[in-house]
Amino acid sequence: MKKIYTRPKSLKTNPFHYCPGCGHSVVHRLVAEVIDELNLQNKTIGIPPPGCSVFAYNYFDVDMAESAHGRGAAVATGIKRAFPETIVFTYQGDGDLAGIGTAETIHAANRGENITTIFVNNAVYGMTGGQMAPTTLSGQKTTTTPYGRDVALEGYPIKMSEILALLEGAVYIERVAVNSPANIRKAKKAIRKAFQVQIDHLGFSMVEILSPCPTNWKMSPLESWQWIDKEMTKEFPLGVVKDRTGRADAD
Amino acid sequence: MNGNSAIGEAAIRAGCQCYFGYPITPQNELTEYMAAHLSRRKGCCFIQAESEISAINMVYGASLVGARAMTSSSSPGISLKQEGISYLAACELPAVIVNMSRGGPGLGSIVAAQSDYFQATRGGGHGDYRTIVLAPSSVQELADLTHKAFDLADKYKIPVILLGDGVLGQMMEPVEFKHEAPAELPVRGDALRGANGRPSKIVKTFTSNPAELEEINWSLFRRYSLIKRQETACETFLVEDAKLIVVAFGIAARIAKGAIKTVRSTGLKVGLLRPITLWPFPVEKVQELTKKVKHYLVFEMNMGQMIEDVHLALEGQGEVSFYGRPGGVIPTPSEVALVISRLYHQKGLK
Repeated sequence: MKKIYTRPKSLKTNPFHYCPGCGHSVVHRLVAEVIDELNLQNKTIGIPPPGCSVFAYNYFDVDMAESAHGRGAAVATGIKRAFPETIVFTYQGDGDLAGIGTAETIHAANRGENITTIFVNNAVYGMTGGQMAPTTLSGQKTTTTPYGRDVALEGYPIKMSEILALLEGAVYIERVAVNSPANIRKAKKAIRKAFQVQIDHLGFSMVEILSPCPTNWKMSPLESWQWIDKEMTKEFPLGVVKDRTGRADAD
Repeated sequence: MNGNSAIGEAAIRAGCQCYFGYPITPQNELTEYMAAHLSRRKGCCFIQAESEISAINMVYGASLVGARAMTSSSSPGISLKQEGISYLAACELPAVIVNMSRGGPGLGSIVAAQSDYFQATRGGGHGDYRTIVLAPSSVQELADLTHKAFDLADKYKIPVILLGDGVLGQMMEPVEFKHEAPAELPVRGDALRGANGRPSKIVKTFTSNPAELEEINWSLFRRYSLIKRQETACETFLVEDAKLIVVAFGIAARIAKGAIKTVRSTGLKVGLLRPITLWPFPVEKVQELTKKVKHYLVFEMNMGQMIEDVHLALEGQGEVSFYGRPGGVIPTPSEVALVISRLYHQKGLK
């Protein structure tokens, strides 16, 4: 019998600890599939952040090194500069990348560091219990915006992909979502292209992934998928934000 | 050569592959030296980072893949690096961190001071850890201890702090480099370089299991005990017949030495104990001295930090006095000589 679907080699057999409906496990799988397909398992180093995905090192079967909160891009810079033969990806949440790690991220992108960033945007601080993130939508209720995010007091949801796209060193930035089979397929294509950019030494690449957090959004998994379509993509439109690779598509 | 440049040259000769810096006075000559001399070397890298925090995290990344890596700063910048130093310590990663310290607290001044002793010798960041702290007192020693810092860091898989100050960094002295730069850059054996021909590895500290973290802490402290036994270093000067011993480190020890020569010429029996490793502190040497000498004068360019280690080492067996000049004031040898002779006579020493 022909096997058409199997666990990627770059994913360990440990069961995910993520909540039902969480996007992390889908994103993990996509990244692992890409690592397999590009034959990168034995030369990849992954940098997970503090946050729900701190345990990513229990799932990816590649070398993994924990980073301090927000410092992933700086750690990846040190790795890549000291050992350019490796393929480095950071796996970062919105609090990590768009809050505490803003400086590290912007400057790594501006230097054109040849690294790949997987930016999981679920509009809340997940692991700490659903506090407001830099990407929390206007009016969105979180544990620290119990009356809804008031932009007059708390500012606006920050659009990191668009900010980074202004930098010369950023080569490829795309925003995708993992809230439907079609979108998941698009997300994988984007992740694959981001890694290919690094393989081809083109510079900084990032895929922003709108990802459901049913637990902290206080929704069912299905409602959280719908909420991404109805609310999140209004603030964070899907698509290629920047592409200076000179290629129309990863394929 | 000025002290800061000497550190840079010694680091290159020790096989330092990566330097990550950020401008702050009084250590800029080191960053500039590395920009000029390390950045174009084959396989090496120099980055002027966007912050001290980024610089130390780049060191962490380079150390992960087995490179000899270094950063440098001065007091306020070293505060920013503490997060990264804690992670380096926890993940058992070698690194060399230079602090050419200046007056504090706060932005303080750009003038030499020794007010970072506590921060350097008590870990500095969060968590239960130590770093080896080396305290040179001349440009030659800056060069020698820089080389040693890389060796110690690799040997014990620990961050090593080279604690100098603004005077040492700026002063010009002749310096002899005892090593040639290695033909090939050293790569640590346990480096994280991809799971090629071996299972994948994880470098991490986070755990939800207290027993696991307790074992990590025990493992660190077993190594710290070993370092205490094997690497404690100090210099003594004219202590054989001394009635009073001045305890000072770094540039203050250099000033004290001058003062001791002056008071010796007037017949006062005064010696010097200069810790070279501030952590581990030369406790055994103090305890050996205290069998014969009961009077100690701790002299620091701060309000009294190392004095606590002197008290701990003496275990009540000696009398301790203190002279300190904080805030970047650099006392002259004659000022210190006056303090020594006044104390000597007050205590009725002969």
